[in-house]
Amino acid sequence: ERSFLTAASNMVKLCVICETERAVLKRPKTGQQICRSCFYHVFETEIHHTIVDNNLFKPGDRIAIGASGGKDSTVLAHVLKTLNERYNYGLELYLLSVDEGITGYRDDSLETVKRNQQQYELPLKIVSYSDLYGWTMDEIVKEVGLKNNCTFCGVFRRQALDRGSVMLGIDHVVTGHNADDIAETVLMNILRGDIARLGRCTEIITKGESMVRRSKPFKYTYEKEIVMYAYFKKLDYFSTECIYSPNAYRGYARTFLKDLEAVRPSAIIGMYRDLLCRYREDIIHSGEAFEIKTGVKMPEQQTCTRCGYISSNELCKACVLLDGLNRGLPRLGITREQRTRHDEAKEVKKTGVTKIQHFSDIQRAEATPPMANSNIKKIDISY
Amino acid sequence: MSINVKVEFSGGMELLFDNVRHHTIEQPAKSSDNQPTTLKDLIFYIRDNMMTEKKELFVDKDTVRPGILVLINNVDWELCDEIDYQLEDNDEIVFISTLHGG
Repeated sequence: ERSFLTAASNMVKLCVICETERAVLKRPKTGQQICRSCFYHVFETEIHHTIVDNNLFKPGDRIAIGASGGKDSTVLAHVLKTLNERYNYGLELYLLSVDEGITGYRDDSLETVKRNQQQYELPLKIVSYSDLYGWTMDEIVKEVGLKNNCTFCGVFRRQALDRGSVMLGIDHVVTGHNADDIAETVLMNILRGDIARLGRCTEIITKGESMVRRSKPFKYTYEKEIVMYAYFKKLDYFSTECIYSPNAYRGYARTFLKDLEAVRPSAIIGMYRDLLCRYREDIIHSGEAFEIKTGVKMPEQQTCTRCGYISSNELCKACVLLDGLNRGLPRLGITREQRTRHDEAKEVKKTGVTKIQHFSDIQRAEATPPMANSNIKKIDISY
Repeated sequence: MSINVKVEFSGGMELLFDNVRHHTIEQPAKSSDNQPTTLKDLIFYIRDNMMTEKKELFVDKDTVRPGILVLINNVDWELCDEIDYQLEDNDEIVFISTLHGG
């Protein structure tokens, strides 16, 4: 009996959309079994609708794609290039990458971005922590260890993307955050009680935290589909965990979400998991609907007195963290400990400290165009 | 009687296997209880014979770690029998990890 059931379910399943081709993927969003061509079509078209329904862009916009060489940003660059041409969005697209100075990780992934520059024929700008702040992540980790290093990196990267955008005269930065990422972020913010972030993290377009408009066209796109799209289309991406990340708090949220997804009942394979797949949207909607009691003080937005960046306080977080690094006080900005005389004795004035450029002084710079006669194969964006 | 199965590791998983992405693995056509060899048997075989460390990054309880996608002959394993799929000679199995930055 077992082999009969197995044989029956091994029979070729037809795509439920075209009913012609063999189904190769089960959509996590809908449970539909679809073929490769229909998958490409629904994947690309849904993102097109997200863009149009949310009025993300207008003709003439200069758009920077935050490109790490990873799966999400690579697929985002591919899809945006494709949709821009197919639907005549009229956008000028750029790849914008951040070099945090992580040997053996970022230098490899930047090679992937440079290949993407050729494959997708998009100009590329790279901004580095060492140029902007005078510190690489390798040096920061030596100072602060592996527990809070991700906090530094997150804060510095956000500002680095904005600085790069100002250099290029960018109207709008897009990032590859997908539905799984946003669900994780909502969970993280709930677990940490970060109410200020909770309200903002589910917005598709954010203006509050950055100088430049940001959006997440993959907000409703499931990670599984991004990976399968890249696999079937043979897109070139870099896929290793950051060497400094194993202790990042986000990892716990991710494991929890994956375990939720893996729960299955004994009898009916898949049905409960289809229901549980909807948790992502539920979690995102919970984040959107989260009400904060009136009377709770929300931080106000102002600009940093030192560098002009957007800030909740007099000094922006990046300047506070940099102060700590430059004065040999790596926990400054991480904990609320009172400074003691012990700390003052330890304070070391570093030599050769990079002066942070004020936002109003940033000069325009050009991105590097793709090479005219590269051997690297261009992507096929035909429909 | 034995069968040959081609296995590919992708999305960073290859790091668990000396950076080698493509493998050909021989499996018996039937497992010890005289049932056809399944994907589950293959996964345990890989864990027990091809991995020296970090086994929990591939196998979790009695299936692959959540976050690893599996393709059987270029088809989503959720359309086949997943862990209970019965292997056939020359099958191509791909394990793709999604557990990394994007």
